[in-house]
Amino acid sequence: MSVMTLQTRTVARFRRKRMMSFAFPVVILAYLAYIAVAFDMAGLAERASLENARTLVSDAYSYKIHVTRDNRNGAVDIAIEGERKGRYPDGESPDWVQIGTETIVDLGEGHVVTFGPSQVSYAVPGYGLIAATPGSGGVNAQFPAGAIPDWINASKNRVAITTEAGRLTITRNRSEVFRYFTGWELFFFTLDSSYHGLGLGGVLNKAIHGEAGEIWSDFWSNKMWRHADVAWALFETILMAFLGTFGAAMIALPLGFLAARNFTPLRGIRFAARRLFDFLRGVDGLIWTIVLSRAFGPGPLTGALAILITDTGSFGKMFSEALENVDDKQIEGIASTGAKPLQRYRFGVIPQITPVLLSQILYYLESNTRSATIIGAITGGGIGLLLTQAINTQKDWEEVTYYIVLIILMVMLMDSFSGWLRRKLIKGGEGGH
Amino acid sequence: MGNQHRSQIEADYMAQVRSKRMMNGILLIVFVALFVGGFATANDRNAGGFWNGLPMLFDFPADVISEAISRAHLIPGYLAKYLPSLIETINIAGAATLVGAIVGLVFSLLVTRGLAPAPWLVGPLRRVLDVLRAVPEIVIALVLIFILGGGPVPAMIAIALHTVGALGKLFSEVNENASLKPVEGLASVGASWTQRMWLGVIPQVSPNYFSYALLRFEINIRASAILGFVGAGGIGYDLRNTMSWGQGKFDEAAAIFLLLFLTIVIVDQLSSYVRAHLTHGRTMSEKLA
Repeated sequence: MSVMTLQTRTVARFRRKRMMSFAFPVVILAYLAYIAVAFDMAGLAERASLENARTLVSDAYSYKIHVTRDNRNGAVDIAIEGERKGRYPDGESPDWVQIGTETIVDLGEGHVVTFGPSQVSYAVPGYGLIAATPGSGGVNAQFPAGAIPDWINASKNRVAITTEAGRLTITRNRSEVFRYFTGWELFFFTLDSSYHGLGLGGVLNKAIHGEAGEIWSDFWSNKMWRHADVAWALFETILMAFLGTFGAAMIALPLGFLAARNFTPLRGIRFAARRLFDFLRGVDGLIWTIVLSRAFGPGPLTGALAILITDTGSFGKMFSEALENVDDKQIEGIASTGAKPLQRYRFGVIPQITPVLLSQILYYLESNTRSATIIGAITGGGIGLLLTQAINTQKDWEEVTYYIVLIILMVMLMDSFSGWLRRKLIKGGEGGH
Repeated sequence: MGNQHRSQIEADYMAQVRSKRMMNGILLIVFVALFVGGFATANDRNAGGFWNGLPMLFDFPADVISEAISRAHLIPGYLAKYLPSLIETINIAGAATLVGAIVGLVFSLLVTRGLAPAPWLVGPLRRVLDVLRAVPEIVIALVLIFILGGGPVPAMIAIALHTVGALGKLFSEVNENASLKPVEGLASVGASWTQRMWLGVIPQVSPNYFSYALLRFEINIRASAILGFVGAGGIGYDLRNTMSWGQGKFDEAAAIFLLLFLTIVIVDQLSSYVRAHLTHGRTMSEKLA
């Protein structure tokens, strides 16, 4: 080869490389630009709700206590998140609320709201006293002199005051104060439990004195957080993954032999088995889930079967490939000792493929834990169902956060568990059989 | 003496075999018990039982197919009608894979020992990847739908985040096998970190990257169809609508099933062809080198 042709070839190759290194990013950018138009990214700003985002984030780490006065009969009601489950018993109140003929709500930092017999007042430090007399004529609010600031939203029938300490809403029928706190409310004990508000030391002290059982049952049956149900849902999700993965492996193993070239000389059977795997994988898990939930109804079994059917296809394909890569020498060696076909499989084939199969199965077990969460959201089972229910209420974001944390922990746990089992079994399996 | 020694070895061996068989037997019994017990539990908790449901398994597919056949002449029209949704589903997967692969690539270089510019960041960033991988897409998608409203963008972000976690880990495993010689060579002429990575590492590993990204694209198409079903647009959303109208719309559902099935099979075949080509090409060039 002459120097000239080598040079021209090298130059041409460099030019092509340079072209590629420019063309490649351009193609990517063009595709992303097309996506931006196709997905209407520009309109996203209008559709996105910052209000929702703020609620979500603040609700995820804080809660509010509602103090509500019915202006028609004067009754005062205190409830965490305004929920029935979080209602303080009559006559009881947190220490920053004094109930009497006048209910005084201390929001801290000098903010004090007073529900009088007829008048509602809010002393805002640095601004002044806001007073209102809700009645048939409207709210009748009086503000300190000057322009009304923008954190007050006042009309004839409704006044809303939002400060950094809390929020007061007055209408003709109701006066309501929200005070915000950091943390997850009543996570351990609800208000009707005698252990609420004792603190860790107090509870431990009682536990030592023989009340551990009651303490546990109060915690476990917490109506707000439903720890028992959540634990059961997590278990159900893992159960779906377990049944689906191992069920699929048990069905796929014999089918894998049928699809492997070196074990099934008959072309027709091999072809049929392979097309069956392609079909099971090609009909997506989503479609299997829909079809199965029509027959079996919602629940964990449906989810397990959906995972089972989809993975039978994947496992069948992988197993048959592993079987085709089996080393014949071991089988011949076993055969030379006079072993019958079944013994040849048992001692010549199975020991070779177990490590490969096991590691694939265990890898799928972890990934199926995630699938089980998703399938559970569709068929209605496990933690996926609890999560979608909590999201659909659009207000229990602290529960959503809790479930998300649990799901992440569950998947990571399954990941390290399957990794541990894989190392353990495969190392142990190498020794002999 | 020799005989006694041999019989001793034989006895030891048989004892070992027995204890091993015993262990295997116990493991098998535990496994079977777990499986059967788990199945019974799942069966109890299900709305319809397994044995009751089994005969009805083919009722729904039969309904769908019979309706589709009785209105076969409409199917081509439906296929055309739902093609845009299918393209949206594919685009969600495509954009998510692309964005996820690019971010995952950066992550993978940051978490590979020997390549990372800040070794103290390797551990924390790996945990970030672990968390990204552990979150099911549906979780992020549902939360984002609440904030951003329905449509393809929440699904895309959700799938992209998961893809970052999955590909970041796989890519970093590939990076670990990359030769450091080109990197050292580039460092010796004063190349910056970006230049060392872009010119020294990426050319070595890009075929494997492509192969993994394609595999991920396959997985992401399925994920994007599922997310559509929970309200994130695309063909999954149409599928839910046609299904919830009940009987009379099953011919449209059949068309969607068909579209989804064909897409998955075609992408599957294409990607396994390209992947075989990529890795084959790589071994060829390795052989030549």
